[in-house]
Amino acid sequence: MKSAVLVFPGSNRERDAARALERVSGVKPAMVWHADTALPAGTDLVVLPGGFSYGDYLRCGAIAARAPIMDAVRAHAARGGLVLGICNGFQILCESGLLPGVLVRNARLRFICREALLKVERNDTPFTRRYARGAIVRYPVAHGEGNYTADAATLKRLEDEGRVLFRYVMPDGRRDDAQVLNGAANSIAGIVSEKLNVLGLMPHPENHVDPLVGPTDGRALFESLVGALEKA
Amino acid sequence: MKARVLVTLKSAVLDPQGKAIEGALRSLGVPGVSSVRQGKVFDVEMETSDPAKAEATLKDACEKLLANTVIETYRIELVG
Repeated sequence: MKSAVLVFPGSNRERDAARALERVSGVKPAMVWHADTALPAGTDLVVLPGGFSYGDYLRCGAIAARAPIMDAVRAHAARGGLVLGICNGFQILCESGLLPGVLVRNARLRFICREALLKVERNDTPFTRRYARGAIVRYPVAHGEGNYTADAATLKRLEDEGRVLFRYVMPDGRRDDAQVLNGAANSIAGIVSEKLNVLGLMPHPENHVDPLVGPTDGRALFESLVGALEKA
Repeated sequence: MKARVLVTLKSAVLDPQGKAIEGALRSLGVPGVSSVRQGKVFDVEMETSDPAKAEATLKDACEKLLANTVIETYRIELVG
């Protein structure tokens, strides 16, 4: 698996992403600077890491979404290439138009840094094939703007097309939109593109891959990607 | 010429920051405020002195970067 991790000024989770990718795939990812205009030849997967690109100026991810490298990412996605945006990476994907909707300030205005419970809604995607359908997993969240919102028609389309891949759930495994930690519409934590090749999610699977640190629930996401690419 | 661009949240979008400011005004005892919504102001200096040209350029700037039209609307004021 040839992966590339994008680095914007203000990214701060790029090494966590790179470490998770290397640990699971055995191959070191290329680190690609935002001002570059091309991805390394043969790139299978592009990862947009978490952080505070451009200091969150204007809107989270707004300026990074217009960086020179993003045209190459758009072309890669249009070819069916895999793209994974985590946290600030998800915000960048929304701002760039690769995913619909937008992430706004958490409903209760607080930065949330804790573990979240998520339901894996489907396992027939390149990102989740190593999870059981409906599995409840724990990933950490660390964000101030993770409140997913979109107009009613977009939300309906996402639901009808089964494009909500990760949803925040309560300890009993059920979704509760009134109590969801950041106010996200339909308890949405992560969505995929129409062709299922672009995933954006607020929680951090890359931080739960090492038993030394705690749970390893995030590992299967990276194993899924390795598996999907081996098959291809 | 000078211009001012105002970017505000669409009325259907919840504004938690505006709500917090509204609550703070209430707790300060400022009377008669029924609602607050927060937005952004951009003061822009344009190289052109042609109002039509300036407006077209700023509209493009809003669509491309200054506003996220999923949740925001914008208004352009040419100051002269």
